[in-house]
Amino acid sequence: MLKVENINMSYGDLQVLWDVSFEVREGEIVVLVGANGAGKSSVLKTISGIQKISSGDITLNGESIANIEPSEIIKKGIVHVPEARRLFNEMTVEENLIMGSLHGEAKKKRYETMEKCFELFPRIKERRKQLAGTLSGGEQQMVAIARGLMSLPRILMLDEPSLGLAPVLVQDIFDIIKGIRHQGVTVLLVEQNVQTTLTFCDRAYVLENGRITLEGTGKELLNNDHVREAYLGI
Amino acid sequence: MDVFLQSLISGLLIGGLYAIIGIGMTLIMGVLKIINLAHGQILMVAMYVTWVLWKYFGIDPYLSIFITIPFIFVFAEGLSKYLLHPLIEKESILPENQVLMTVGIGMVLVELARFIFTSNYRSIQTSYTDKAWHVAGISFHVPLVIAFVIAIFLTVGLYVLLRRTDLGRSIRATAQDKIAATLMGISSAKITILTYGLGSALDAAAGSLLLPVYYLYPDVGPLFTVKAFVITILGGLGSTVGAIAGGLVLGVAETFGATYISSGYRDAVGLVIFLIVLVFFPGGLKRLTKV
Repeated sequence: MLKVENINMSYGDLQVLWDVSFEVREGEIVVLVGANGAGKSSVLKTISGIQKISSGDITLNGESIANIEPSEIIKKGIVHVPEARRLFNEMTVEENLIMGSLHGEAKKKRYETMEKCFELFPRIKERRKQLAGTLSGGEQQMVAIARGLMSLPRILMLDEPSLGLAPVLVQDIFDIIKGIRHQGVTVLLVEQNVQTTLTFCDRAYVLENGRITLEGTGKELLNNDHVREAYLGI
Repeated sequence: MDVFLQSLISGLLIGGLYAIIGIGMTLIMGVLKIINLAHGQILMVAMYVTWVLWKYFGIDPYLSIFITIPFIFVFAEGLSKYLLHPLIEKESILPENQVLMTVGIGMVLVELARFIFTSNYRSIQTSYTDKAWHVAGISFHVPLVIAFVIAIFLTVGLYVLLRRTDLGRSIRATAQDKIAATLMGISSAKITILTYGLGSALDAAAGSLLLPVYYLYPDVGPLFTVKAFVITILGGLGSTVGAIAGGLVLGVAETFGATYISSGYRDAVGLVIFLIVLVFFPGGLKRLTKV
């Protein structure tokens, strides 16, 4: 479905992605794991169009979507839920969700989708009129994911949804991600929480210093010596 | 007591106009993250447009807002698109340099106005220029009352736009988090250019509404840039409610200054308040009231 082929990307003179290639198939949960600064978030940024690649290609169902405007990417059904949530803090929860549905079909079905999101996250329904900046970290993450879902994506890209959350909430968020996949949304996940994500993902890629160094199913990587040593500390 | 009340009322009425100038400035500041130092000059252009419409076409200054608002909107969008926005695109230029660009735009506008209209003072005379309503011993200067009412309508209109429409929400979203807004599919370039136009359009309305009660010469531009700056600092940078409060406070302060000190010190009073605010409440009214 989504194919990333040999992409290179730099911030100015500093190259951060080197010949990165991976693939996300329809209905999968794919995880990119790696340490801080490995380039995981940068990969998502190139897909969502807020960073331009210098070479390589990104295709969606065979059609190149490399270096096109972010507003086009979201119309094509790929949505990027950024790291650290980045909600519109001075807007209410409801308004934040509305911002997720600015285009086409998503706009038409706005309030219908919103109700579905509230079913998925009953906690934020109670807070729909509250300013997003006043919510707790876990609730903010729920709003961020819901805001992404409001665009009726085919591929949901989540950048470290477990960041800064209490362990019990992390499990909740991961359960929700599994639920989202069951509704037919393909998930591309970036995580540092390697242990947990590898147990429920379909496939995973390990990113080190801007290069893909390992790939395989979650189980394979869990049993891989390098992964065990470097990321799981066993 | 009557003098006091009279000054207060006059101050509030003129303050309503200052408020929309301040809101325009705040809007631009919120989205572009710069202080628009051409704000007063754009207002001056609107005043000259209004003056020309009145002088040569006999159009009432209040009616002319239907021309000045769209005219200045398009004009400012052009400035933003071709002069301000290209500076963001270039990585080697700091975005702050947009402020310098606004200074340049302001200078050019003033000198163009001087070139076309000379430095002579202009004002307009309408049938209601000197009229006033008297209620309980207080006089309400008719042009100011009309201007105040229109200013309220514009403010409410803007509020509805920002709160209730996708476009308005996109503007607020871009002001709050540009990257997140981009990820939601908002074109931040479009919104930035549009916001400069919108903020300037409010400014233009204020220009048309001020003309019947003010005199006009090219250097009125820098004067109003300073006023707009004072209003936004008074209100606390980036706060729309603060800008309204700041506008009213400045209007009242100036009128009191004119009444109790000397009308020659009218503008000085605003600047003294500005200094006091900067020294004692650097966060502006926003910090005092938390709105």
